[in-house]
Amino acid sequence: MSAPVLDLSLVPPLGEPRPTPVPEVHETTLPSGLRLVVVPRPGVPLVELRLRVPFAASAARQAATHAARTSVLTGAVLLGTAGHDQLEIAQLLQAHGGELSVSADADRLLFSTTMLPDGLAPVLGVLAELLTAATYPAGPVDAERSRVVERIHIARSQPGVIARSALAARRYGAHPYAQQLPSADLVGSVTPAALRKLHRDRVLPAGSTLVLVGEVDPAAAADAVGTALAGWVAEGKAVAAAPVPDVAPAPLQLVHRPGAVQSNIRLGGPAPGRTDPQLPAVRLASMVFGGYFSSRLVENIRERRGYTYSPRSGVEHLMAGSSFTVDADVATAVTGPALLETWYELGRMALTPVTEAELESARRYLLGTLALGTATHAGLASTLSALFGAGLSAEWLADHQRALATVGIDEVTEASRQWLSPAGLTAVVVGDAEEAADQLRVLGPVEVTAPAVEES
Amino acid sequence: MTAAGADLTLRHPVERFTLDNGLRVVLAPDRSVPVVAVSVFYDVGMRSEPPGRTGFAHLFEHMMFQGSANVPKMEHARLVQAAGGTFNGSTHQDYTNYFQALPSEALERAIFLEADRMAAPAITEENLRNQIDVVKEEIRVNVLNRPYGAFPWLQLPEIAFESFANTHDGYGSFVDLESSTVDDATDFFSRYYAPSNAVLCIGGDLDVTETEALVRRWFDPVPARPAPPAPVVGEPSPTTVRRGVVEDALAPAPAVAIGWRVPDPVGDLDTYLGTVLLTELLSEGDASRLERRLLHTDRLAVAQSSYLGLFGDPFDVRDATLLVSQVHHPADVPVDRVLQAVHEEIDKVATDGVPADELARVTARTEAQLLQQADSVLGRTLGFASAELVHGRAELAGELAARLAAVTPEQVQAAARGLSPDTAAILELRATGGQSR
Repeated sequence: MSAPVLDLSLVPPLGEPRPTPVPEVHETTLPSGLRLVVVPRPGVPLVELRLRVPFAASAARQAATHAARTSVLTGAVLLGTAGHDQLEIAQLLQAHGGELSVSADADRLLFSTTMLPDGLAPVLGVLAELLTAATYPAGPVDAERSRVVERIHIARSQPGVIARSALAARRYGAHPYAQQLPSADLVGSVTPAALRKLHRDRVLPAGSTLVLVGEVDPAAAADAVGTALAGWVAEGKAVAAAPVPDVAPAPLQLVHRPGAVQSNIRLGGPAPGRTDPQLPAVRLASMVFGGYFSSRLVENIRERRGYTYSPRSGVEHLMAGSSFTVDADVATAVTGPALLETWYELGRMALTPVTEAELESARRYLLGTLALGTATHAGLASTLSALFGAGLSAEWLADHQRALATVGIDEVTEASRQWLSPAGLTAVVVGDAEEAADQLRVLGPVEVTAPAVEES
Repeated sequence: MTAAGADLTLRHPVERFTLDNGLRVVLAPDRSVPVVAVSVFYDVGMRSEPPGRTGFAHLFEHMMFQGSANVPKMEHARLVQAAGGTFNGSTHQDYTNYFQALPSEALERAIFLEADRMAAPAITEENLRNQIDVVKEEIRVNVLNRPYGAFPWLQLPEIAFESFANTHDGYGSFVDLESSTVDDATDFFSRYYAPSNAVLCIGGDLDVTETEALVRRWFDPVPARPAPPAPVVGEPSPTTVRRGVVEDALAPAPAVAIGWRVPDPVGDLDTYLGTVLLTELLSEGDASRLERRLLHTDRLAVAQSSYLGLFGDPFDVRDATLLVSQVHHPADVPVDRVLQAVHEEIDKVATDGVPADELARVTARTEAQLLQQADSVLGRTLGFASAELVHGRAELAGELAARLAAVTPEQVQAAARGLSPDTAAILELRATGGQSR
């Protein structure tokens, strides 16, 4: 057949966009300092709950211990309360369609569940028990600690985890954000007493945010929360991470993984935060560069050259510093060429203007996926939890949409020059150094290191 | 605790019609958010592949994004994404699907794009070579370069089943992939991608009459071709235990997967529903039987999960399929201790039955998960489409919560009696990297 030619007269035009409805947000603050955000939504009869508790390491020298204790606490908090053992807690939640997941990152602890609407009061009751009366029983904690150690060993064998850890170590130096996975040795020495103290000191209502989205009546939900969580009144103040330091990019690091059949390329650098006026331009620049399938990076190293399956770039937000990141897992034999093409596309973003069509496509995509992402109870609850946790409000969504709508080509070039230029990015490659090192040295200095393997 | 059955049926009406070329169309309107989902399911999956062409269904899925009669390479993605939409496709055992979620003003564009590639995808030598390279990287990232890569879905079928359809590697061998030709792809398209072998399902913010007109406008011109004969994948139930071992040089610790044949998900759905709740009862969450026994009481495992269908969706597979229990355990726990504990827990259900309150809790949890899946327009649309293709009734997707709420403790007990230690397929993963641990 002859090569297809796009006949734009054939492609159905787009209709007028329907504006994304602005969520109806009911916000209150309890006497304890807990912020409550309730969004009633029609649709399926479910309620999504997110409780976000600030949980950053209080200082760099405590970061490793804090990460180790936190990694056990997320599972151990569910192991029993003064009133119920682990099984009873799980059954109480399950009866209302729920299962509580507790997770942590460098900034926060997050309690998360979905439930059938009639479960709101009882599930809040279980949550209150966990917050005020978790017991950290010795036997079950011991077992949980062993499982966490095993899981850390498994995680450390994943090439993606090795690459992410290496990049974080290089970018953040002594800052707690360098701590991607706790040390298995430190985890092995976490005691129930240390967990009780960590819980007492840091699981605090002041600074925390509870988000409920779904089939709820705002006034009734506020009453239910006020009643259930009245006893969660611990004194103290949330701890936020210290600002991340400016670390100048060091030479490319190649982490040796003998026999690897792929190389994992990771680039990272700072990015504007959620309230920075440059954020919309950087998000658009990232989309055009490698943020979605219609991007330059995908067209180049996947669709033209077949080097990789899923290259991508993005902007990520942590409380103390945001990041622009680039990921590509490529065949070992083309490690050098793939990094060269990635740098080439980054340089082109910073030095030459994007086209009007590229900008419009990226703009409409970001607006469309924002609407899709907040169209479900779960998506909206997670989005609002992150925004309120960062000290913002639901208004941010509307403001950000308006800002995305007005960014021009010059602003994208300027943002790319400042934030996407290859010279400003830290680069790490995980792969077989015997195959990849010489290719990479053609492009510049390379430091080859062995993977950080922990003996136990 | 749970609402009455009738209240659990999703109140999304379903409309259907069939075009002259045989394309089955399902419309599921819901005007609450300004978003539509458009999906096309073709009745061809990994189990349809002939010997010598392993991985071809998936490779062909990639080819469907390489352009079509009026759409050059990369433009399919651009036209969807520039409208604010997302897209993807996936290859399963029994079907291959393509889907888009978009703002509703882009509905006609999405219909045009799906019709254009159903009529004539751009199957060229250059595109085929490029996508063979991309698929090889996909296999490296998901299987070869990663500990536990594709465990156990690629290796367990080889032990659990007999026929080529059920046992071969659905990702494909590099040899088969590399020797694939444009002629193979053209033949595959002509045989399996006929309109009469597909279901088009559109859900979300749409008007039924207008949408039917748009569907007819773009899909009526796709020429009719005969559908291939219905695939035969069922095979006799096993009568013995079978064991196999896979060595993983990248994994730091061992794992084991146990597969049992289960009732026909389509021909014997009522019996199968008992197996669905048994699976949840065994392994969903901290209250489940295997989580309690393996992790908390006996401390034999680091993680466990059980699921129906190799990809975890119990309702989108045909016979023959498996209930799989997968357990990651420390190296100093012998695999046979893990197996014994799993079999004992199942035997307790088979012998003692299931308390009604426990089953009610499991049902409530399952119900919430089905509702959560249905909360997204795309999730709901894919559910309707696979129910239409696999079960012949899109409505089933909306009725599942109510059907599951009606399952009795006796049905779950009967399901447990089917999971005999004497007919299980067992795949051990041994960590052979030699790390000193």
